[in-house]
Amino acid sequence: MNDSGAESMHLPREGEQGEGHLLEVTNLKVRYGGITAVKDISFSVAAGEMVCLIGANGAGKTSTLKALARMIPADGDIHYAGRRINGFPAHTLISQGLALVPEGRGVFARLTVAENLAMGAYHRHRPDERAAVQEDAARMYTLFPRLAERRRQLAGTLSGGEQQMLAIGRALMGKPQLLLLDEPSMGLAPLMVQTVFDAIRSVAQSGVTILLVEQNARLALTVCNRGYVLENGVITLSDSAANLLADPRVRAAYLGE
Amino acid sequence: MGAAGNHQHRHPLSITEGGFPKTDSRLRGVSPAPTFPQGDAPISATTLTLPVLCPSPYRIIRGVDIFLQQVANGLTLGSIYALVALGYTLVYGILGLINFAHGEVVMVGALTALAASKFLLAAALPPYLVFTLAFLLAALVCMALSVIIERIAYRPLRNAPRLAPLITAIGVSIILQQLAMMLWGRSYHAMPQLLPETTFALGGVQITVIQIVIIGVAGLTMAALLVLVNRTRLGRAMRATAENPGIAALMGVDANRIIVLAFMIGSALAALAGMLVASNYGIAHYNMGFMLGLKAFTAAVLGGIGNLAGAVVGGLLLGVIEALGAGYIGDLTGGVLGSQYQDVFAFFVLIGVLVLRPAGLLGERVAERA
Repeated sequence: MNDSGAESMHLPREGEQGEGHLLEVTNLKVRYGGITAVKDISFSVAAGEMVCLIGANGAGKTSTLKALARMIPADGDIHYAGRRINGFPAHTLISQGLALVPEGRGVFARLTVAENLAMGAYHRHRPDERAAVQEDAARMYTLFPRLAERRRQLAGTLSGGEQQMLAIGRALMGKPQLLLLDEPSMGLAPLMVQTVFDAIRSVAQSGVTILLVEQNARLALTVCNRGYVLENGVITLSDSAANLLADPRVRAAYLGE
Repeated sequence: MGAAGNHQHRHPLSITEGGFPKTDSRLRGVSPAPTFPQGDAPISATTLTLPVLCPSPYRIIRGVDIFLQQVANGLTLGSIYALVALGYTLVYGILGLINFAHGEVVMVGALTALAASKFLLAAALPPYLVFTLAFLLAALVCMALSVIIERIAYRPLRNAPRLAPLITAIGVSIILQQLAMMLWGRSYHAMPQLLPETTFALGGVQITVIQIVIIGVAGLTMAALLVLVNRTRLGRAMRATAENPGIAALMGVDANRIIVLAFMIGSALAALAGMLVASNYGIAHYNMGFMLGLKAFTAAVLGGIGNLAGAVVGGLLLGVIEALGAGYIGDLTGGVLGSQYQDVFAFFVLIGVLVLRPAGLLGERVAERA
């Protein structure tokens, strides 16, 4: 509790009005059998913010995101848009504006690019939403021209970078308020990482709140407003991205200096 | 199917006078014409002149006719296999579960349709209406049954090792058979004749109205299913769930609903298959689902289990293989083996596929990147 209170000091100007944070996580705990991957962590994300969770392999980053998206069971409280979503089944979250781009992209390999995007808008099926969905698909093709060229291709035939674009585009098709991104840079060529992160930045500028999980700490801290450092399932540092980039501990452990 | 000339007097095998079949092979609910029932019937007007003028073309024509006749019979049988195979493949595609109780759902569909037909005929409704209503009723019963089966026997084991739901599937299969035996007894029941017994001659091939209905209805149904799965929002969600239910849930897809839907579609197709097979042979029996289910499963494996088009191709192919096998086994073995051995072919095919092409004819080959 007092954790999240302390953190609000670092909040950027915007988003601190109203009833507080878009996402507020208190004492989150994730266990796999006898192993506790996430140990009582608390953090928050305000509307309009771009926050990253950095840490080494196995620090509990992916488990945290999966718990937020209700893909795995977890203890603690997850408040999203003012509601406690712990008991909600995973498939009800997207219609409330919470989307996850999972680790390893998770595109539907046997569906075409266009069908993957349509899946992203699965919950927007009212007849009066059809035009807006089509507009959004067109927007995705503008954001990622590579996808437009390949819209009839099976997603399984795309390169890793293209799949990452598709996974992000698919999540955006759901009109999320909060976008959870799990290691979007993983396994991508440097040029592709650049493209993907440019897109993420433009998504953030369009008003979508972003919680980014990354091993590439430098990249994450460069694009985000704030960051948390996760080590062995515990948050060890939390500060503005600029301060974390300058922090000697972060520089030593995550920036290779 | 325009050439309508019902002058040939081939006995439609489907119905015998007493309503009960005479030969054993019919009881197993397999090929409508394992032997050459029309072999000694006049083939056509040319029969009279051709053998006199030049015997060898006659033999060839007769041979071609017999071959085509067996293909037609095989396609009839294959359409039914395909309908049932789709039920296996739909559920397998989404759950990775082989629903061995599916054959018994076919049986329940057939017996329900039979009972409903008798009841509705007694109420003096016209046969075509009876046919439709009996099918709808059978479909409803089968859909309800499969939803219950899924809920009781499969859902609690969703995360159990794969062997567990396989065992409950076999258990459900036995329970359904026994329940059907208690309800309907061990005897063969005569399916009322709802469709005209007319036979058409297409070239040298004799085809009954029932066969035409089977092939037509099965074809339309399967086309509709392929459109549903490949062209609609729901079908897209089914394919997405089949590929990754966890990710599909992130898009708002409730996997349980999709799974129940797959069971319901599969069992409606099973009810249709049961009704058609009972109409074709004129009988239904508490044990008819076992062999039919096993063969349809073979068809699904042959086409590539999990692949809908594969189930259709596998079903039709298996039907034709079986009909041809049954038709020619006597000639090939010099009369040692008769058409009663036709069941063997399905299982030769199954073994052959498992050895040579385990993924099936249209099995998945899409590369997935990490």
